[in-house]
Amino acid sequence: MRRLVVAVTVVTAAQLLAGPALAQTPVERGKALYGEFCVACHGANGAGNVRQQSSRIGFGPGRNQVQQSGIAPSLRGVGALAADFYLRTGYMPLQRVGLQPRRSRLILTDAQIRALVAYVASLGAGPAIPAPHPERGDIAAGMHLFTDHCAGCHQVVAEGGFVTGALPPPLEDATATQIAEAVRIGPYVMPRFSKKAISDSQLDSIIRYVQYAKHPDDRGGWAIGHLGPVPEGIVTWLLAASLLVVVCMIIGKRLKTP
Amino acid sequence: MIRAVVRYLDQRSGAAPLVRKTLRYLFPDHWSFLLGEVALYSFIVLVATGTYLALFYQDSTAMVTYHGPYGPLQGQEMSEAYRSVLNISTTVKAGLLIRQTHHWAADVFIATVTLHALRIFFTGAYRKPRELTYWLGLSMLVVALLEGYLGYSLVDDLLSGMGLAIGNGVALSIPFIGANLGELIWGGPFPGTHDFFARMYIFHVFLIPLLIAVMLGAHLALVALRHHTQFRSERRQTERKLVGVPTYPGQTPRSLGLMLAVAGVLFLLGGLVQINPIWLWGPYHTYAATNGAQPDWYLGWLIGGLRLVPSFDLTIGHYTVIPNPFWGGALFPMLVFGFLFAWPLLERRWTGDTRYHNLLDRPRDAPGRTAIGVGFVTWVFLVFVAGSADRVYVFFGLNYSSQLWFYRGAVFVAPFVTGLIAHRVCVELQRGEQVERRRRRAEEEARAAHA
Amino acid sequence: MRARAKDLLVSAALLAVGRRRRRARRLRPGEVERIVPEGPPSEGGELLALALLALGTILAVGFVVVYALDRAPAQTQLMGATLGSSLLCIAAALIVMAKRLVVTEEIEDDYPVIEHPEEQETIAQVVEDSGSRITRRRLFKLAFLGAGGALTAALVTPAASLGPFLRIKYFYGTPWRRGRRLVDESGKPWRASDIEERDFYTAFPEGADKEEEGSAVVLVRLAQGQLSLPSELAQYPANGIVAYSKICTHAGCAINLYRTPLFPPNDPSPPELVCPCHYSTFDPGRGGTVTFGPAGRKLPMLPLQIDSRGFLRAAGNFDEPVGPSWWGVRLHGPTP
Repeated sequence: MRRLVVAVTVVTAAQLLAGPALAQTPVERGKALYGEFCVACHGANGAGNVRQQSSRIGFGPGRNQVQQSGIAPSLRGVGALAADFYLRTGYMPLQRVGLQPRRSRLILTDAQIRALVAYVASLGAGPAIPAPHPERGDIAAGMHLFTDHCAGCHQVVAEGGFVTGALPPPLEDATATQIAEAVRIGPYVMPRFSKKAISDSQLDSIIRYVQYAKHPDDRGGWAIGHLGPVPEGIVTWLLAASLLVVVCMIIGKRLKTP
Repeated sequence: MIRAVVRYLDQRSGAAPLVRKTLRYLFPDHWSFLLGEVALYSFIVLVATGTYLALFYQDSTAMVTYHGPYGPLQGQEMSEAYRSVLNISTTVKAGLLIRQTHHWAADVFIATVTLHALRIFFTGAYRKPRELTYWLGLSMLVVALLEGYLGYSLVDDLLSGMGLAIGNGVALSIPFIGANLGELIWGGPFPGTHDFFARMYIFHVFLIPLLIAVMLGAHLALVALRHHTQFRSERRQTERKLVGVPTYPGQTPRSLGLMLAVAGVLFLLGGLVQINPIWLWGPYHTYAATNGAQPDWYLGWLIGGLRLVPSFDLTIGHYTVIPNPFWGGALFPMLVFGFLFAWPLLERRWTGDTRYHNLLDRPRDAPGRTAIGVGFVTWVFLVFVAGSADRVYVFFGLNYSSQLWFYRGAVFVAPFVTGLIAHRVCVELQRGEQVERRRRRAEEEARAAHA
Repeated sequence: MRARAKDLLVSAALLAVGRRRRRARRLRPGEVERIVPEGPPSEGGELLALALLALGTILAVGFVVVYALDRAPAQTQLMGATLGSSLLCIAAALIVMAKRLVVTEEIEDDYPVIEHPEEQETIAQVVEDSGSRITRRRLFKLAFLGAGGALTAALVTPAASLGPFLRIKYFYGTPWRRGRRLVDESGKPWRASDIEERDFYTAFPEGADKEEEGSAVVLVRLAQGQLSLPSELAQYPANGIVAYSKICTHAGCAINLYRTPLFPPNDPSPPELVCPCHYSTFDPGRGGTVTFGPAGRKLPMLPLQIDSRGFLRAAGNFDEPVGPSWWGVRLHGPTP
């Protein structure tokens, strides 16, 4: 196994070192990138890895990135949908192996992502990148569906929250495509909602609602995070009560030191 | 002109001697004595704004379909109560302003009552002859907590509905009688009878405000009858001699100004800072929930209690003696208020001081009381903060379970630590003053010797 | 015309700025001297207070205008800003007056007497003397105590109409019966084939009140390897589908969180149902046992069956009463 991995890496490195002179298809470019960023955990040809590997591999332009070996699921059949989601959110490459994937600053360019997506899609037949149409969705239906299926973890206006051992993220940076993808994947510990559970038109409504929730109706003023009583309590004490104590100190006397 | 009016009223009421006494009634002057007034003015704002809201609110849980200006709830099923509050928030002119002012006033009211209570505790103002005043004040605090809870639960939004379910769960957890009590109050198992909201409404707009008003009247009357306590900031202030500012002309503009300042701050908040945006939460259903649901701040200590207690129901055979929520949701507040109510008697027994007190202690002058108070506040505050451990995890990355275990230990250890530190600080401050006094005396003597 | 306008402006200005000079009055015969001491005027204080009052006036009028026009997009903010600022301006004016325009006397007086022993004695004696005609004192005390107590109890008794107090059976009742179909929120019946792994669904008894605590259940499908039920619950799943009460046994919130690891080697915990209020976590593969959080009782499980047309039906009632624990929750099973 190890020999195979090293062999693949050598070939990949050779291809990289050979430079842009070789006319490469996106899949081939993707495969080279895969060898740089993904193979340590996801294994050769996306086979996955359930047993931890101890060796560090990788050289060439990617050698400055911390190479970590870890366990990872197989990518065969996950399709362009999954690859596109994980790469565009920056969930992958994982910054720290073993922890919850988080939205991160992208280290891959758009062209690199497209190449990797093409490569992963080629590993086995899987779902394509979805094309949601939130403008066709009904926002009231979206709020209702979101409250039913999503608000328990993500909070009713998508501010994120806590579930045992994980942190469902806020959705303010999620694009329509990413929401559609996440719903169909169920990343980390999130449930997976198939088209049978949430149809494409229902998904359009949910996405429309989530987009609304990024800048919801704040007719009452400063929204203090849409989190409810915790920031309200902070304002009560640190703003209102403090101000009123200051007013009292202006009006009343202060004790003089003896 | 003034004389004509005064004469007219005195002839018809005979009240001139009383008014004269009132005009020249003395207020000892210290800024911390105004905290109770701030609470009083918040209460007045509550009553005024609450009256307005009550004219638009509907206490019915009958289900209706929403057809109104707020898009995301179009066509959704909700109670009439929730819809009426949506109506106040979106359609009634100035409705949202008054609703938000009312809610901010409730939060600020309980905050300032708490500050006032802390002042009373740490200066020993509750001592003889003012124990009754103190107990009335504590009772008002307890009632105010319930009143606030009922107030925001009347809206029937998702957040407060979850809170009501928890309140029912805590009621059920009371040993031996919990379920019976819960059945009685709710008219059956949760969510209860369809007139449960009418019951909450009558308590919130009539019975409890009346109770608070009566207790407040008695509280203020007692303060006036025994006169306000004072610090010994001047030599001429003693247990027998009071120095203060008369009601008129000195205190009146200050109190009026404070009242308008409190109202001003509350209306500014009510217009500029959003509170409880119920259109974003949606209506309540027993089978619905959202992440991050919390009670209003003054019940945060209870959610902390409920989250900290490890998983167990105390059973004897098949009889469930103490269900889990009892410890954090019922026993904890009973202990806290039990201690506060008992404290004047405990202190009397402990120090042997049964004298009459009109002079206040500075916190440093009573190191024992201050230490116990600081430890007690630490205890309650830690449980309170534990209730937001999930938010701390989200914002600062501190593992939730680890936090829980930290708090479970800290609530027992930290009060002693902070109490001891407080005691030390008091003693050191007192010693510092002694040193200062001696130094000044030595300087005076030296100056006199030179002269 | 212009002259009159000028006169108007001049008089308005005089009114605003000019002040009446208080001439020192000589004491009239028989008049007492001052009670409130005299204090020096403060030009700056007066102007400041008047300016604040003027500003407060303008803002208050502004509030009425904003309210009436009702055109601003930030209507609530504008109303709050104008009204709040108006109040603060007038408050500031009063405080300026308190500090600079009003004599703040510091008067000495006596605290009232501690007690009135003579009055106390008189009161006590009046009460004692009044009892001269009654010979059976203790009996009367007892009689009044009894009558008063009984009357109070009687007057309080109608409060029992608020709800059942002794009929605990309501806590055991749920709408579920053997053969009752599971439907979704809109009333559409659930098929077993609708239920997929790594997802969670809410179901209600067909025709029942959805808001009843005994109604809502949460459905999940587990793989064979994820099911490890005790023997008494082994027959409860239908084709790997399990159903549990959606109401948390801790304090009654709805359990609508489901954590289901995508990649178990990275997260060996089983799929779990979680409550958002205090994070009680339940394992659906083991009968709803508590794996984290404060709940003291496992989640009640509903036995399922699949009918001939593939619809999910209840095969009986829950294995335990639903909802938060109370004193009798383990004494009896749930009743239809």
